[in-house]
Amino acid sequence: MPTIESEAQLKALLTSLSGVDAVGAEARAAKLSTRSIKRSTKLAAIEMAISMVDLTTLEGADTPGRVTSLCTKAMRPDPRDLTVPSVAAVCVYPDLVAHARSVLGASPVAVASVATSFPSGRASLNVKLMDVREAVSSGADEVDMVIDRGAFLSGRIGQVFDEVVAVKAACGDAHLKVILETGELVTYDNVRRASWIAMLGGADFIKTSTGKVTVNATLPAALVMLEAVRDFAETAGRTIGVKVAGGIRTTKDAIRYLVLVNETVGSTWLTPHLFRFGASSLLNDLLMQRLKQQRGAYVRADEFSGD
Amino acid sequence: MSDRQLANSQLGSLEYDPAPESAAIARLKPSYGLFIDGAFSDADSHEQFASVNPANEESLAMVAQAGALDVDRAVASARRAYDKVWSKTTGAQRSKYLFRIARLIQERSRELAVVETLDNGKPIRESRDVDIPLAAAHFFYYGGWADKLEHAGFGANPKPLGVAGQIIPWNFPLLMAAWKLAPALAAGNTCVLKPAETTPLSALVLAEILEQAELPPGVVNIITGDGSTGAALVDHPDVDKIAFTGSTEVGRMIQQRTAASHKHLTLELGGKGANIVFEDAPIDEMIEGIIDGIFFNQGHVCCAGSRLLVQESVADEVLRRLVRRVEQLRVGDPLDKNTDVGAINSAAQLLRIRELTAFGESEGATRYTSSCELPQKGYWFAPTVFADVAQSHRIAREEIFGPVLSVLTFRTPEEAVTKANNTNYGLACGVWSEKGSRTLWVAERLRAGVIWANTYNRFDATSPFGGMRESGFGREGGRHGLEAYLDV
Amino acid sequence: MSDRLDVRKTYKLLINGAFPRSESGRSYEVTSAKGEFLANVAQGSRKDVRDAVTAARAAQAKWWNATAYNRGQVIYRLAEMAESRRDELAEHVALAEGVNARTSQKTVSASIDRLVWYAGWTDKVAQVLGGTNPVAGPFFNFSIPVPSGVVGVLCLQESSLAGFVDAVLAPLCVGNTVVALASETRPTPAVLLGEMTSSSDFPAGVLNIVTGITDELAPVIAAHEDVDGLDLSGVTPETGDVLAATAANSIKRVYRPHEKESDNSLRRLRAFVETSTVWHTIGQ
Repeated sequence: MPTIESEAQLKALLTSLSGVDAVGAEARAAKLSTRSIKRSTKLAAIEMAISMVDLTTLEGADTPGRVTSLCTKAMRPDPRDLTVPSVAAVCVYPDLVAHARSVLGASPVAVASVATSFPSGRASLNVKLMDVREAVSSGADEVDMVIDRGAFLSGRIGQVFDEVVAVKAACGDAHLKVILETGELVTYDNVRRASWIAMLGGADFIKTSTGKVTVNATLPAALVMLEAVRDFAETAGRTIGVKVAGGIRTTKDAIRYLVLVNETVGSTWLTPHLFRFGASSLLNDLLMQRLKQQRGAYVRADEFSGD
Repeated sequence: MSDRQLANSQLGSLEYDPAPESAAIARLKPSYGLFIDGAFSDADSHEQFASVNPANEESLAMVAQAGALDVDRAVASARRAYDKVWSKTTGAQRSKYLFRIARLIQERSRELAVVETLDNGKPIRESRDVDIPLAAAHFFYYGGWADKLEHAGFGANPKPLGVAGQIIPWNFPLLMAAWKLAPALAAGNTCVLKPAETTPLSALVLAEILEQAELPPGVVNIITGDGSTGAALVDHPDVDKIAFTGSTEVGRMIQQRTAASHKHLTLELGGKGANIVFEDAPIDEMIEGIIDGIFFNQGHVCCAGSRLLVQESVADEVLRRLVRRVEQLRVGDPLDKNTDVGAINSAAQLLRIRELTAFGESEGATRYTSSCELPQKGYWFAPTVFADVAQSHRIAREEIFGPVLSVLTFRTPEEAVTKANNTNYGLACGVWSEKGSRTLWVAERLRAGVIWANTYNRFDATSPFGGMRESGFGREGGRHGLEAYLDV
Repeated sequence: MSDRLDVRKTYKLLINGAFPRSESGRSYEVTSAKGEFLANVAQGSRKDVRDAVTAARAAQAKWWNATAYNRGQVIYRLAEMAESRRDELAEHVALAEGVNARTSQKTVSASIDRLVWYAGWTDKVAQVLGGTNPVAGPFFNFSIPVPSGVVGVLCLQESSLAGFVDAVLAPLCVGNTVVALASETRPTPAVLLGEMTSSSDFPAGVLNIVTGITDELAPVIAAHEDVDGLDLSGVTPETGDVLAATAANSIKRVYRPHEKESDNSLRRLRAFVETSTVWHTIGQ
């Protein structure tokens, strides 16, 4: 595991990484999208995906009532069918963590909190760290931080790295997901470099997006991140997870991501320990598709609760 | 990890269930005749032979064996159609026929893809996503030239050659038919097309499409048969132009046989493409590109990147990743939508691949072969990579035409170019680097008709394709592709 | 002999893929060549022109970024639509131009063949108008034809369909988007063809058609600074002179038809194309 002692050293390491040919990366992602996943594979994939969902609500208008509904659904996505797995986690703003914790009680569903002045990350490091500490002390099991894209895009990668390290320290026992905001990084070369900065800084997961910008998770961006995670596991011996978030609404999309994981890093990563979907409406589509597989007919959206 | 996690014993694997396309979509008939003068008819001798599915060795349909009399009839029909109808058809009209054919291919694309996969052995994903769309695009592209030949750079009023005899190979049956027919018809010629012996079926469905398009009888004639049918066509005195795609060996014979005749000739022959990888190549996309270069279409590609020339400084890392990636290739039922590598087209071709691969081992190269399970019936060869190959090895010089890659190294750009050019072939090469100036420097010096930079096996109707030296002469695709069919 | 009352058509503008009336609420009477009432056609205003230009600008990058193949497919589909509705087009050409059925059918056939001609150009323009340049140094140098951007077309007044097709499809097939001012007295065939673009997979804003009074609207288009090219086919030479001078303020590319333009001339294609030349070093 390379120890980073200076920005110059980090720059040298990042420069030594291979570039990404955008046309090739997009072609690879598109080709993997043509995999035909049917029947028992599809059902297994749907259940796998359900167990990987971080059920998310990140709105200014969130209330305890909203969070209660969300948590209830997270624990029991389909109250009439208890064989449906619970989701991996709920994802909320820091000031709603305590309430989520109290609703979830002893359930295996984790509480993930966004922090570090999500989604923009535009605040002093002190403020961002305070944000993290409050989330953790309120009971968050996982923290989803954002990297400073302004610092990254202006070349201050040492600062980006230092912030990841500081946030990781502030997390204590909580697990850290580092949001790269791939839509703002724009190029795949940037996505690769940002992935490495996050992983070297101590991330447990790297995450595509906040879901709050125009371009969120895309298959090619996820592909580049999965390749980074694979290469990092080989070089540094640490296994880091990937979370895709924002704009993933359908079962078809979710399965495409699972195929990507399967054929890039392999089946070791096909577990909520190492792969997550940050989503809200995706869950219902997964439930609908699961029911359709079982019943053999298309079902109505109203079969399932709205949240 | 937090202990608040769901334990699920089902997680951690994603085995793909079979996802087969239905063979019934092909709507194959039990037997097909020769398509001459706008209708199907038996061969004069009534002789037939079976076209076989290489994935399971089962007979798909019976097709006619065209003899000398049938070839004669086909050429006469093409000549009549040329003299009386096609040479009097305006460019605008020819254009619309070609657009109709293109649209019909698009409409019947699923059926054609299944036929192609059944007859050739290539994965349905490739027939569906590559072969058929490219075939339609070729007709669209040349349809658009038919009414504007005066702008093609061959003079104000370029004339066609007359009757074209066209002999195509088995590796991209429908696409090769499109590559031959579309420019010939656009330029105003009539055609006699001889599909490959082992893959006649998609051409016969194309004949049905030509009927649906109401192409005047005789403008295109499609005659199935073995090598003797092709020879009769090559020798026929009333053919003005021969276009051949196939092995260099046969191409040589054709050139000899037509040397003293008036016939115009274009040849698209074999190759031993060099895929050149520099240390600054974009690594993941490059691995995919090498894989695409040699395992796409089971390596049955004249322009296959069958030699990997990798810069010595990164050779070990590239080989490691390559071998890892080869293990992931899904080899099996071509009709399964998740299959990456299909069947070898024939027992004869399988034998050739095995022979040359055995040489690789005996010459001292290091062999890595995928551990994939191969089906019991059918013609199969597991993807194979040979490392530590020397320039003098047979597997570095001879075209294997199968899923076998030979890996060699180089130290400098100059050496890469020298090694790449050290062959009698000159069809295609690949160059992988993030440094544009170097890529262009290398491309300028490579003696190849097609050079791919940071990609491989990309085809487009607008892009001229063809070889240098013993890979043949003449170009197909693009504005340049018209030249072969015009009297200029 | 039926007592059935037919449902009459309203002729509207085509802006951004939608068919609005003029924002001014005005309409004007269009008669056949023989003077019989044909339709109340929308009388476009300067604001309609402004909206059309905005739509054309917004659509241009995406139209140019689509593959040439895709543009060809879209234009070919327009030919398919026109063929399937050829009788309707012929009827309108006959009424508008005062010709008999046989002549109008010939005009429609020629116009459809012309659409096919343009459809086949999209992926060949680069090969005919572009190329590599053998500069005297270690550089890879290539020139590609790129579209000027948004082209304002003052359509021919007399040739209601064939002239419309030529004036409008030429800039479209090389990647421009178009704001067309239809013939003032004979607009209905153009309006019909406009309707057909919406079933031809034409993206919204690629072709916009404003009907109205030429003298009122032509100066607006000529003066609009976000219009890159101007086709003066539909005005008299004298008016053309004035408009060309206006267009000069924003250095528009101005196209004025020749007396006798041959069918296979590429003047119209070349008029709204810019040549972009790229140099790249060659070296190890």
